[in-house]
Amino acid sequence: MSGKVTNDSGAGAGGEGDGGRELDAAFFARWMTEAADAIGREADRLTKLDSAIGDADHGGNMRRGFDAVRQELAEDVPATPGAVLMSSGRKLVSTVGGASGPLYGTLLRRTGKALGDAERVSGAELASALRTGIEAVAQLSGAAAGDKTMLDALLPAVDALEDSGGTNFAKARAAAERGAEETTPLQARKGRASYLGERSVGHQDPGATSAALLVAALAAAHGDSAGEDAGFGADEGE
Amino acid sequence: MKMLINVPETVVPDALRGIAAAHPELTVDVDKQVVVRRDAPVAGKVALVSGGGSGHEPLHSGFVGPGMLDAACAGPVFTSPVPDQMVAAAAAVDSGEGVLFVVKNYTGDVLNFDMAAELAEDEGIRIAKVLVEDDVAVTDSTHTAGRRGTGATLFVEKIAGALADEGAPLERVEAVARRVADSCRSFGVALSPCSTPATGGPMFDLPSGELELGVGIHGEPGRERRSMMTSREIADFAVDAVLAELEPEEPVLALVNGMGGTPLLELYGFCAEVHRVLGERRIPVARTLVGNYVTSLDMAGASVTLCRADEELLRLWDAPVRTPGLRWGA
Repeated sequence: MSGKVTNDSGAGAGGEGDGGRELDAAFFARWMTEAADAIGREADRLTKLDSAIGDADHGGNMRRGFDAVRQELAEDVPATPGAVLMSSGRKLVSTVGGASGPLYGTLLRRTGKALGDAERVSGAELASALRTGIEAVAQLSGAAAGDKTMLDALLPAVDALEDSGGTNFAKARAAAERGAEETTPLQARKGRASYLGERSVGHQDPGATSAALLVAALAAAHGDSAGEDAGFGADEGE
Repeated sequence: MKMLINVPETVVPDALRGIAAAHPELTVDVDKQVVVRRDAPVAGKVALVSGGGSGHEPLHSGFVGPGMLDAACAGPVFTSPVPDQMVAAAAAVDSGEGVLFVVKNYTGDVLNFDMAAELAEDEGIRIAKVLVEDDVAVTDSTHTAGRRGTGATLFVEKIAGALADEGAPLERVEAVARRVADSCRSFGVALSPCSTPATGGPMFDLPSGELELGVGIHGEPGRERRSMMTSREIADFAVDAVLAELEPEEPVLALVNGMGGTPLLELYGFCAEVHRVLGERRIPVARTLVGNYVTSLDMAGASVTLCRADEELLRLWDAPVRTPGLRWGA
């Protein structure tokens, strides 16, 4: 395994017979920057959603964290996809606070760790690593699907990405957005919204909403246009 | 909403600079947002570190000093601080005897303190943790985030701080902190919502003729809304809600806590009603503390915390304390 990784340099797409290793550190840095842009654009909306069932700070906290990630990446992009996600995750943990800092930080750190030290990874490898990161979030938070949390956007997204063999990022984005919207009728069972009991019903979960933005940023970094399911052929590198 | 601030972004560091100006006995790191006893680490003493979102002052920075906390970490308004702050605080106060983290039960605080504990232990600091979860308005079940930490935090920090001052080892300080946490229950009401500096407006709508029962300390709406009640009726409701889960056989310590926007005139009137109910329920009150201690910015309202107190807890409660927010006998 290690030989495959280290001998891959300069070979462009594909080492030993797999044509899909197209995602490099620059792609992951672009994902993080796209996420920072999206969070910045939507911060007020996130805060507004959070004021309905939380404490009205989700947008500001996420923006503070992703702005710090963007700034760090502007100074230096680590050499590998795994390193980009791990350093971005660490930055979120040390800047966001609240529950979102450790949860998003863990998502990125554990996804990055699962990617190992490969210089390029395939979409399928990313999907599998993302699954590992999402499972770590579930373990840390004790939350499961349907608890009205960020998992309700992340789980359908990674399902969609895996189902397409790691090729259809637009489908993952659509699944995440739908998952976030479908938190509206749910009753929160984790996090601050759970204090409201039945009164949390009828509001879209801010964590699921920001998670959908993160997935949308991934699709945008991949070059998939917004809106419709882009279907086959959407996985061109840039 | 008019606020006595410069810009919303610097509300927390501005307040920390004020604490530094007013309290030369504390060391304030404005950038890191950590407040430490100037004489830390105190040789041979277990250290107490707490922290949480800002907006609950004097909790926690106002409780740093001899007999209570050794350090406090301030997060943004209503947002937990980050692990880096907690590790820095622990490193600054550890004398080698270990550090007790006092953690209010909110998902963010718990996760960040857990991560900090791991990092601090990597640096060779012994860490123990106590979770404060006293708010009876929230059902404690596996299907929620559990009861919130509110007024009991003051009792835990004061009593465990007093035991640490006597030179007790970390295991005993942790045990007494847990015993206090288990012996306290609280219930809060809001008469008006609070306004955060960032949004500049009220966090929830509360019509003038209504109050929110079972409210938390972050502007989270409570569990039930009713037409406005009298102080007497609120005391009946709040005390009975607490007693339903506490069933004290010993005398209690009572905290009649203001949420930040209710005048002491009203709080003392409410305190009289709380004592009346407790008298009717045949619960002796050993000590009472009245004031704004665990607040929610400018929210009008109050909470009642009762703590079952045996001889040891009472002795530790009476021990000297010298902090900006709580001070007696020293």
